[in-house]
Amino acid sequence: MSHLKREIITSSRINPELSRLLINSGIERIRACIQCGTCTASCPSTSRTAYRTRMLIRKILFGFKEEILASEDLWLCTTCYTCSERCPRKIEVTNAILLLRNLAVREGFMLGPHRDVAGYLIEHGHAVPIDEETKKKRERLELPTLPPTVHSFATALKEVQTLVKIAGFETLVKHGEKQR
Amino acid sequence: MKYAFYLGCIVPNRYPNIEKATRVTLPRLDIELEDMEGASCCPAPGVIKSFDRLTWLLLSARNLCIAEEMGLDILTLCNGCYATLKEANTVLAGNEKERRKINEMLSAIGRKFKGSIKVKHVAEVLYRDVGLDAIRSSVKRGLPIKVAAHYGCHILKPTDLREWNTVEHPTFLDEMIEATGASSVPYRNRMMCCGAGGGLRSGVLDVALDMLREKLENMRQVGAECIVDICPFCHLQFDAGQVQLEQKFKAVYNIPVVYYTQLLGLAMGLSESDVGLRMNRVAAASLLELEKR
Repeated sequence: MSHLKREIITSSRINPELSRLLINSGIERIRACIQCGTCTASCPSTSRTAYRTRMLIRKILFGFKEEILASEDLWLCTTCYTCSERCPRKIEVTNAILLLRNLAVREGFMLGPHRDVAGYLIEHGHAVPIDEETKKKRERLELPTLPPTVHSFATALKEVQTLVKIAGFETLVKHGEKQR
Repeated sequence: MKYAFYLGCIVPNRYPNIEKATRVTLPRLDIELEDMEGASCCPAPGVIKSFDRLTWLLLSARNLCIAEEMGLDILTLCNGCYATLKEANTVLAGNEKERRKINEMLSAIGRKFKGSIKVKHVAEVLYRDVGLDAIRSSVKRGLPIKVAAHYGCHILKPTDLREWNTVEHPTFLDEMIEATGASSVPYRNRMMCCGAGGGLRSGVLDVALDMLREKLENMRQVGAECIVDICPFCHLQFDAGQVQLEQKFKAVYNIPVVYYTQLLGLAMGLSESDVGLRMNRVAAASLLELEKR
C-alpha cells in the first residue's frame, strides 16, 4: 500500500537535469506544464491502467530519471499524439516519451518482445518479416512469393545491416541484462 | 500519375490481399505504381523510433534515397510508414546538420539524401489527386452496407507535420467510403486509437486488446457491418486482434475488417481473387454475398 503513504517531496530532491536534457532535445515547453491533466484525460492507456501522463510530466520536472526509465509505464503509450494535440500549453508530450524511451534503452531497459522486434529488423530488414502462411497467400494471389523488398535482394539487406552497424543499433539493443 | 510504391512490412508480409487489391484498383484510376526494389522496414515509428532515433532516421533516409533515385514521389499504404517517411523527409530536408550527419553515414553504402521527393499516403492521393468524382465513376455496384470508418492516428497527427489541418473531426475517409455507395456511420469516440501503436501490441498485448475491445464495442453498438481502415497495422489489430480477443477473453465480435482499396475493389466489381477478402482472419464472406443483394 505504498501508494497510500503521503510523500512530501522537498526541493532538495528535485534535479533539473532531466527537464534540461528534454528542453535541449526539442521538448522546449516541458516546464510550461500547469498540471491540468488534459493529457491524462485524453490518453487511451490511462483509462485502463495505472499509468498517468500528468504524473509522468511531474516526475520529469522533479528529475526522477531512474524511476521513469525503469518503469514499464513508459511503454504503455501508443504514440497516438492525442495528449500532444490537446495540451493547452503546447507541450510535445509524445515526443518527450519517445525521447525518454531512447534513454531507457540506452540504460538497458527494454521489454523482451521489443528486443525481438529489434532483432527481426537487424536480421531481416523487416520488423515484421514474411512467414510461411503469407508466402502461400501471396502465391494464391498470383503475387511473387517474396515481395520486391529487402526480402528479394541480398545486396539491399546487406546495405541495411551495414547502416544498422554504423548507427550502433545492434550493440544498443543487445546490451544490458535488465530485461524484464 | 506515377508513384514509387512503398510496401513496408505488414502489407507484403501479413496482408498481401491489401497489396493485391491496391495493385489492381489504382491503375483503374490512372495511378501507376513502380516497386521500390530493396526497400526495408520504414522503420516503424512506434518501436524502432522508440528504441533509437538515429537508427530510425538513417534507415528511413535509405528508403527515401531509393525513391529519389527513381525520381518519383512515394505512395505508401500504412499510417506508420507514412509517419516515418514523411517526418524523416521533413527533418532531413529542413535540418542541414542532421542531413550532413546522415549523409556521411549513407556514404558507406554509396547513397545520398537530396530532399527531392514527397511522401504521400494512398488516402491523400485518392482524396486529393484522384478525387471523389473519379472514385464515384469507377464504381460498378453500390455497396449497401453500414461501415465504421477508422482513420488511425498517424495519418492525422502530429498536425504540424501533416496536411489535413484537422484532428478531432476529419471527414475525408467517410467521404471516400460514401463514394463507393456504402454509408459511414458515426460511433462513440471514433477517433480513439486502435491500441496497436507505440509498441503496445508487441510489448503489452492485454492493454492493446482492451483498447481494441472498447473500439469494437462502440462499433457494434451502431450496427456496423464492417470496419474500413487505411492502415495495415490498425488492420492487423482489428483482424488478428478479434481472434485473440475471442481466444483470451471469450469476447466475440465478428466484424469483418476491410482496407479501403479492398472496399474500392469490391465496389468496382472485382472478384475475390483480386480483393482477397476471404484471406482476412475474420470472415468477410458476408461482404462477398453483396453481389446477390
